[in-house]
This record gives sequence, C-alpha cells and structure tokens, in this order.
Amino acid sequence: MIIDLKDERPIFIQIADGIEDAILSGIFTEESQIPSITEFSVNYKINPATALKGINILVDSGMVYKKRGLGMFVTKGAVEKLREKRKEQFFDNYINNLIAEANRLNISKSEIVLMIERGLSNE
Amino acid sequence: MNSIEVKDISKTFGDVCALDHVTINFEQNKIYGLLGRNGAGKSTLLNILTNRIFPDSGQVLINGISTTNNDTALGSMYLMSEKTYYPEKMKIKDAYKWTKIFYPDFDETYAKKIAQMFKLNIKKPITSLSTGYTSIFKITIALSVNTPFILLDEPVLGLDANHRDLFYKLLIEKFSDHPCTIVISTHLIEEVSQVIEDIVIIQDGKIIRNESCEALLSKGYTVSGSKTIVDTYIQYKNVIGYDSLGGLKTAYILGEINKSTLPDGVETTKLDLQRLFIQLTNELGDDRNEFESSL
Repeated sequence: MIIDLKDERPIFIQIADGIEDAILSGIFTEESQIPSITEFSVNYKINPATALKGINILVDSGMVYKKRGLGMFVTKGAVEKLREKRKEQFFDNYINNLIAEANRLNISKSEIVLMIERGLSNE
Repeated sequence: MNSIEVKDISKTFGDVCALDHVTINFEQNKIYGLLGRNGAGKSTLLNILTNRIFPDSGQVLINGISTTNNDTALGSMYLMSEKTYYPEKMKIKDAYKWTKIFYPDFDETYAKKIAQMFKLNIKKPITSLSTGYTSIFKITIALSVNTPFILLDEPVLGLDANHRDLFYKLLIEKFSDHPCTIVISTHLIEEVSQVIEDIVIIQDGKIIRNESCEALLSKGYTVSGSKTIVDTYIQYKNVIGYDSLGGLKTAYILGEINKSTLPDGVETTKLDLQRLFIQLTNELGDDRNEFESSL
C-alpha cells in the first residue's frame, strides 16, 4: 500500500482503496484484524483524522467492523462484496479510458480486440 | 473548550507592520500548519501567543481568559522557537530536569528515550550541538512536555531526511496517544501537507487562508496545454497564477473542476500544497516576468 501525494485521489480515499486492495489480495483475510488508526497514521505520516476518515468509508460500506476495545476486523464475506463492487467499476475505470486513449491514437475496433486477445493469451 | 483565541492582534517593529489585525482560533486537538514566506509574521504570531513579545493592540485568550501575565494559561503552552533560553554550558540532561520544574507534566523518561532514538548524547552541553542536533534537543522537549498546546517554530531546521521522518512519526504517535493542539510553522510544505489538518497561510502580517487542508486542496487544479486553448478555457475562472513555456501554458486555478467542460488536448492535475502556496503568496517583485527577463 502506497500513499501518493501526486495522486488525483485524496489521501483518505487512497487509504480506503489500499485496504480494499489488501483484502482482495488476501493480505488482510476475513475476520482478521487490520492495523489501528494510529498504526496507519504513524506509518504513512498522515493526520489521524485522515486515516479515520478513510477507514470509516470501509466501516460504512460494511467491509470492516469495529470490535469495542479490540480494534477493527475484516467482515466475513467482504472479499465477495468487494469483487462485485470492483466489477461494477471495471467498465468506468478501465474500458472507458481504454476506448478514449484508443480514439486519440486512431486504434481501430478490430485492433483493440486483437490486443485484448493477445493480452489474454499472454496470461 | 481548550482553544487559543487570537483577537485583533497588531504589532509593528519600527515602521514595519509585522501583524495587521490578526484574528484566528486554534481549536482543541488539531494539528495546524502555519505557513508563510520569510518575514510574513509567523514567528511574531507564535511569540505573541506565548507572551514573549507584546502586541500593540488586541489580545490572546486561552479558554476565554487573557494570557497577559497569566501563568496558568502560559503554562499550558509550549513554544519551541529558534532561540534557546537555557544557560550556556548547561548539559542536556540538566535542561530536562529544569524543564520538569516549569512544566510538571514533562515526561523525562520519554524525552531520554526519544533522545536515544535520535542518537542525541544527553551528557553534552547544549551549546556544543550542531544546528540539526539543537533542533533535535528542542524536539525531545517539545514532544515530552505534555501541554495542551504545542507550538513548533521551524522544528526540522537542519535535520536530515531520516531524522525528519522520525520526527513526523513521533509527532503523530504523540498526537494519537495524547491529543493536543499542535501548530507547526515550516517552510517544508510538502512534508507537512499530509500531517496537518488545518492550514493557516499568513502574508504580510495578514491571514490570507484559514481552512481545512483537504478542502483547500480539493479546490485547486492545474490545466496545461496549448496557450490558445488554455487561455480560452481560463476566462471567467479564478486563476491564481500561470507558467508558460513556448506555446505551452499551465494555469493554476481555484474552483471546482468540471471535467465535462474541459476542451480536448489539455491535461489537468490536482494542485499540491506547495504549488498552491507558491501561487498564493507570489508577489510582483518575484514574478515570473522578472525571471524571464533575466534569462
């Protein structure tokens, strides 16, 4: 997880996205504890209010939950929920941008399809 | 509520107006960044807050009570400043003992612990320290006094990158464990931009910005592209500055960005705090026009 000041996204969004990535890739497994607000803020040298704001996004969306006096934990079923959410965003984040750049470079529809096929076969 | 209220403070030195009717509140448990060019009035403001110098008019209130000759109020603030008021030849460890007398909540064990982390030899006399280690010595005290208000004037002066990193981490840890109000005055804007919650920009003795750092940053963006396209786009927009290079132009704009009205062929980025600060505080005298003519 990297905090990038030059990134278009505000820091608190980067924190939320970073934790989501870590849940998706299995670094934070379901029902396991995630680092505390203090640990996040000290480690990334960010204001605790910013870290709190980021983590609250995940609490509000039900991806993590608070256990009083113990800390924050990844909700059971969070991985599946996140996958669904990211799939919905996939079109906006990747396909739209891909088509926009392809138009700028005059890449034809058939060329795009060929490239996607080439990418898939390299997997 | 534990807050510092600055009410209509003015201060002149000879014919120089250092602070011009400054009114501001420092709220409880927030980290403030006090930013300004050299000579803007940052240190004067911090020195007035702690009663080290006196304003010509106006007053400073802590919890509603004036700080003038008020030892309780002054004891709730610690100012780490450029000047060191300890006697010459005094050793660091003795300075810690004396600090405890003036600030009863001073945690000597913690001060010694962080001194060790910075590799500061506490048996040395204060005057024998380099610029960097003089700052570190003051940092070890500022982070251990446990007062409700900690004011830091150029805390990282002379510190190397590793020590600055350690300082910011310790500062945030301290703030998390013992919430307090911290005001950091610094020129290293990029480094503090994520540490501070609110930003106060002072220029020519006046406060020109006082808002949440995130709110300020979300308002600014840059647009760059060919000069003609950018010039058309920035009409009727709040442009705070621009750079041009040949036919290329980059404009710095305050306001909400509306991606759907952006013309083709321009690029946008968000405005980081340092660039925003430079644009907001640029003066005619150091404008790019002069820079260009000297090339």
